[in-house]
Amino acid sequence: MSQTTVSTWEEFMEGVWRQNPVFVMVLGMCPVLAVTVSGINALSMGVATTFVLVCSCGLISLLRKMIPKEVRIATYIVIIATFVTVVDYVIQAVSLALYDALGAFIQLIVVNCIILGRAEAHASKTPPLPAMTNALGMGIGFTIGLLALGCVREILGAGTLFGLSLFGTGFQPWVVMVLPPGGFFVLGAWLLVFAAWERRKQRKLAAQGGGVQHV
Amino acid sequence: MSESVAQIFINALLANNFVLAMFLGLCPFLGVSGKLDTAFPMGVATTFVMLVASLCAYGLNVLLTTFQLEFLRLISYIVIIASAVQLVEMVLKKYSPALFRALGIYLPLITTNCAVLGVALFQTAREYDFLQSLTFAIGGGAGFTLALVLMASVRERLQLSDVPSVAQGTALSLMLAGILSLAFMGFAGLGG
Amino acid sequence: MSDATQILPDMTPATAMIRTLGLIAAICGLIIVAAYQGTYSAVQENKRIAVERAVFKVVPAAKSIVEYFALADGELRKVGAGEMAPVGAVKFYAGYDEAGKLAGIAAEGAAKGYSDFVRILFSWDPVKNQVTGFSVVASRETPGIGDKITVDNDFLANFPLEAKPDGKALAHEIRTVKHSSKTNPWEIDAIAGATITSRAVGKAINDTAQMLLPRLAPHLEELKEKP
Repeated sequence: MSQTTVSTWEEFMEGVWRQNPVFVMVLGMCPVLAVTVSGINALSMGVATTFVLVCSCGLISLLRKMIPKEVRIATYIVIIATFVTVVDYVIQAVSLALYDALGAFIQLIVVNCIILGRAEAHASKTPPLPAMTNALGMGIGFTIGLLALGCVREILGAGTLFGLSLFGTGFQPWVVMVLPPGGFFVLGAWLLVFAAWERRKQRKLAAQGGGVQHV
Repeated sequence: MSESVAQIFINALLANNFVLAMFLGLCPFLGVSGKLDTAFPMGVATTFVMLVASLCAYGLNVLLTTFQLEFLRLISYIVIIASAVQLVEMVLKKYSPALFRALGIYLPLITTNCAVLGVALFQTAREYDFLQSLTFAIGGGAGFTLALVLMASVRERLQLSDVPSVAQGTALSLMLAGILSLAFMGFAGLGG
Repeated sequence: MSDATQILPDMTPATAMIRTLGLIAAICGLIIVAAYQGTYSAVQENKRIAVERAVFKVVPAAKSIVEYFALADGELRKVGAGEMAPVGAVKFYAGYDEAGKLAGIAAEGAAKGYSDFVRILFSWDPVKNQVTGFSVVASRETPGIGDKITVDNDFLANFPLEAKPDGKALAHEIRTVKHSSKTNPWEIDAIAGATITSRAVGKAINDTAQMLLPRLAPHLEELKEKP
């Protein structure tokens, strides 16, 4: 009996696309809306979260046979908190300006539902390497989602992209985009775009499937 | 900080609403705000956990700074919060099983609610004293409940409206949240 | 029948649980401490550079800085490496020029702005009793509106500001007033349309100055020369 083991590439892509944490699962929204006022902040948050995701899933997967199931959630949280503390200090050592910009949301990575969800659903049952690959995919998917928001908000709200001015001095920035309501609107708009795109894909598949059946 | 207790409360409730201005507690905000009957108890439960977390965080912080163990802050906060949620779960199960069942999976999810950890982290960063921390937690929880209730009320009405199916679901909730957030921006400066 | 013992759920014995949890706690503790120690010097260096940059910006003549705590009992104390502020103490920076003479005093203030707190560093000239200027340390104010406090010429023209210590307080409270209604040299004229952020700057300066300046006044002689 041939058992299709999920290939490494599929593990990776699942997090990036099919189960993209921002656009598909709509998880871990707090940092997504809070720090995406600029492309740089979005990218840094994405990298930090990916680091925590990969390391926590790796360690949890390594220890999965040992962790008693009665206290598994608490254990996962402690491990995740450990790596978040590490990231917290590393960012401070790299750039205090970035640390101030990201603010409390670095430490709030701990309660990012994605990480705990991945640990519970995946890392606790899979060997380290596939677990970490999947985590890496999720992290990259999360970063892509963050970037999508951050870039749009920065371009519309400040006229720059990654700090480079795009429109010259005459540009009147759409200030609400870098304020809280803008975050909600832009994410809502992205989800709308995704839903519409998904609907078109379904319709195409249904048309093709219907065509075949008629033969 | 020299903020008065009243200022802190008003700010946390309205001008700097935890959900609509500070982006804390979004997962339950988008997930539980479908019906008013679940939204309000969820808000109250979360407020209670926030209060407990705030008190414990204050005590923990004093302990950690005395022994210069600041790097253990995050871990100790989150462990305390997880324990507080366990406690609330056990209390609810014993004294109000109907509510316990109604809240279901969302009760343990309060542990991963950014708002709860957010209260602890913000009050530490702003160096609030005991009374200020307490007010901050209560105000923040009340603000969270307010946002949740507002959202639930509107979403219940929306179920009867003719919304294009492409926009239904989370996209619509987010647009709604954006409008609410825009409205709450009008409270800026209220706390003085 | 002995089936009864086999029907019991598969519970982890308490000792195994404690042992595993202890191991995990040890691993996590080790990782955290390693990260903390490994980054400590880099973080301290970053903080020192940030402080220096901020102080040199508001006290341009300064070439070196000495950090002090102005304690609640009125005494001054130099800040040791990584030392935390005692309760009720105000931290300030004394900037000295090349000749070792006092160029100015800088201190941090914070107040609630439009979104979150606005943290500023302001400089005080002890000879002329004036707040000579300020720079923003951290702010999340609305771009294009609140962040005009650093660039608006009319707002910057408010400084230097009079701030004379008088007993346990200032002779006049530093206040932000509505745009174009400034009548006294110790008032700050707000930016039209950015009143809340302007008020935050005024409040931040006033709150710190009220506590700090009276404590500084008796020690000015000893601060004049670099120790």
